[in-house]
Amino acid sequence: MSVIYLLISISIVVAIGFFVAFIRAVKTGQYDDDYTPSVRMLFDDELKINDSKSVKTTEEKQI
Amino acid sequence: MDTHHCFHCGIDIIKAEQIIFDDKKFCCNGCKTVYEIFSLNDMACYYDFEKSPGATPQEIKGKYDFLENESIVSKLLEFQENTTAIISLHIPHIHCSSCIWILENLQRLQKGISTSQVNFPEKKVRITYNPVAVSLKTIVNLLCAIGYEPNISLENYGTSKANIDRSLIYKLGVAFFCFGNIMLLSFPEYFEVKEYWIDQYRGFFRWLIFALSLPSFVYSASDYYVAAWKSIKARMLNIEIPIALGIVVMFIRSTVDIVFDYGQGFFDSMCGLIFFMLLGKLFQQKTYSFLSFERDYKSYFPIAVTKFLSDGTEMPIQVYDIQKGDRLLIRNQELIPVDGILISEKASVDYSFVTGEAVPIAKKSGDKLFAGGKQLGRVIEMEVLFSVSQSYLTQLWSNAVFQKKVDIKHKTITDTISRYFTPALLGLAVLSFLYWILISVDTAFNVFTAILIVACPCALALTAPFTLGNVLRIMGNRKFYLKNAIVIEQLAKVDTIVFDKTGTITTNKKTAISYEGAALNDFELKLLKNTLRGSNHPLSRRLYEYIPNQAKIEPQHFEEITGKGISADFVEGKVRLGSSQFLQHMSENTHKKTKVHVEIDGIYKGSYVFNNQYREGLEVLFDSLSKRYGLVILSGDNDGERKILEKMLPNATTLVFNQKPEQKLEYIEKLQKQGKNVMMVGDGLNDAGALAQSNIGIAISENVNVFSPACDGIMDASQFQKIDFFMKFSKNAMKTIYMSFGLSLLYNIVGLSFAISGHLLPIVAAIIMPLSTITIVSFVTIMSNIYSRAYKY
Repeated sequence: MSVIYLLISISIVVAIGFFVAFIRAVKTGQYDDDYTPSVRMLFDDELKINDSKSVKTTEEKQI
Repeated sequence: MDTHHCFHCGIDIIKAEQIIFDDKKFCCNGCKTVYEIFSLNDMACYYDFEKSPGATPQEIKGKYDFLENESIVSKLLEFQENTTAIISLHIPHIHCSSCIWILENLQRLQKGISTSQVNFPEKKVRITYNPVAVSLKTIVNLLCAIGYEPNISLENYGTSKANIDRSLIYKLGVAFFCFGNIMLLSFPEYFEVKEYWIDQYRGFFRWLIFALSLPSFVYSASDYYVAAWKSIKARMLNIEIPIALGIVVMFIRSTVDIVFDYGQGFFDSMCGLIFFMLLGKLFQQKTYSFLSFERDYKSYFPIAVTKFLSDGTEMPIQVYDIQKGDRLLIRNQELIPVDGILISEKASVDYSFVTGEAVPIAKKSGDKLFAGGKQLGRVIEMEVLFSVSQSYLTQLWSNAVFQKKVDIKHKTITDTISRYFTPALLGLAVLSFLYWILISVDTAFNVFTAILIVACPCALALTAPFTLGNVLRIMGNRKFYLKNAIVIEQLAKVDTIVFDKTGTITTNKKTAISYEGAALNDFELKLLKNTLRGSNHPLSRRLYEYIPNQAKIEPQHFEEITGKGISADFVEGKVRLGSSQFLQHMSENTHKKTKVHVEIDGIYKGSYVFNNQYREGLEVLFDSLSKRYGLVILSGDNDGERKILEKMLPNATTLVFNQKPEQKLEYIEKLQKQGKNVMMVGDGLNDAGALAQSNIGIAISENVNVFSPACDGIMDASQFQKIDFFMKFSKNAMKTIYMSFGLSLLYNIVGLSFAISGHLLPIVAAIIMPLSTITIVSFVTIMSNIYSRAYKY
């Protein structure tokens, strides 16, 4: 029967874990800017394509 | 590809000035250069995210020389170490994803920059760089060169990063954590399963719930206790008293319940209540981080200007260090930071910033220059008369009258209602307690607490925040940005609207030009256009743009006399144009209007008149407003436009001219003393006092990112004709609030009938509370959205 105690305490501990994570995220300012990251996320790919392009052109020049 | 618009900045291309580069069309060299920079660095995909995202780079020669000064730079930096420095720059042009991309890849354009990060809502970029490898001046010049000129003003100087208050979010987080967990743990009791194990663990569950409710009770709800205590001290009955009382009573009664094993208590309802009320607070707190409603002169003043040293060398100097007798160099488009005397021969100064007058004023050597003017044209030299803090503009600003933030504490609608609600509730609780105490002491306490719990005006307290928060957002989407939700309530109460003239009911951008006199033929227009080409006077530039394109011819002789006019000799004829004194020609009411007179080959032809152009829809707007509001036009200009305005506007409109900033303020004060609720609509610094004095000050701005004096709301100039709609909308918002007050009272009555009869079960409370919240929130949201649509212009 004491399994109830165990389960409930585990669930509370998990909940507290998420709660602490939330507080920490707020504290570091993650929610201050809720727009830019959503755009930035899409850029990383662009940059890579761009890099490979520029590499290609230099290779062509060498040939 | 678009053939008529510049590939970089998107403005219409004038055929004659079109530049074709790399198969792309550009409107000017500046735009082409930016494109070149990007394509050379393999960054042309700047143009892929958004169509023509750029801005034409402005001439900045020498403007940022002051960034060579180490002590100034160190005050601007956020962080500084040997090889690392961090700076946050505000860049008004940030507006699309291309902007984010280019600004976050600055390190590819400039060595020494390690990272840069954009904060889009605030229009800021945070750059980390190595000060050994690259100077701040180089970075700022680079930004200017690619069309992203940062806005560095005195405001940035030496201010440490403001602490952001996140306590509401923390409180909300705590409240939600408690609320969620308690709800989950309450389930077994809700269903009252009479099983062995429930009985076994009842105590454990209840004490766990008790423990979980503590943070919410103590921390999250703390604001309500403080507010209630304050209002008791001030002997006012506001909404916080029944809320705080409800929460405390709920907690005590629930604790008593579980201690004596009477029942499970109302911890779930209590935490839910706290959570929903905090949510309402957050919802109401819509802020526009890219706008500032509390600006003062500091936001407009430059950090440093160029000073002449006694040995003739130039040196940037911080404006606070300027002393009487210093000689300063003011470049084109620079703001004059202090009062002084003009030493250079002539200057033309744009005082629109201070007076609202759009036409620049010509100054001669020896004339007094006042702080706040913007120098146009050639570089000038001036001698300082007063330091910054003693100059006219700063004096004006720190003047007690201007500083006075009108302290008529606005009574919110919730406060008004709760003045009746609170005593009624307490009375009812006491009465039913007295009734039940004759029957049974136990029940009496039960009923007493139950009434306070149920009647805790949760729904009442939620109505206003959610309605106003929603209205605030709807208005924001329509480019009318309000400082906070209370402004909406005040908006609904306005009965008199005062408008400034220049820049508010007229547009600053374009002054309509009309021609009076003998018609000019094509040949004469050609001469005129070519004469104007050589002149830099603001009126000449405007006239130059106004006259259709003509073939280019060079004058043999060209002379410009500042403040008077131009004369140019061509092979084909002689042109003289300028003021009436210059041409020795007097026409009627010359001084009332801005005119440029034209004389060709010694014959007077006529004059170009620069009329103030009134905003579109002005007449319609005034017509519909005049039915419900008193209207006043308060202008700093002379009464040259009186006749036109009288004809255009409804008869009831009061017109007042020649008002200095202080007089405007006094005028508003006078109206208020007559018991009027005044809304002031203005634009410039000259209205700042009046905006502060009025019950609501609304600033009209052509570009909301750039300029607005301190005010309660900023309206995009394009929305000017919709003022009527916003006024109606705010009234309807109040109507919505009243309706949902009725609805929430209904819930209270239902709940109270349970409570008075002594049958309030925790499960009933747990159902009624969220149910009422959800209905109220959805009701006000739906209603305000309907109202916003009903008056679609």
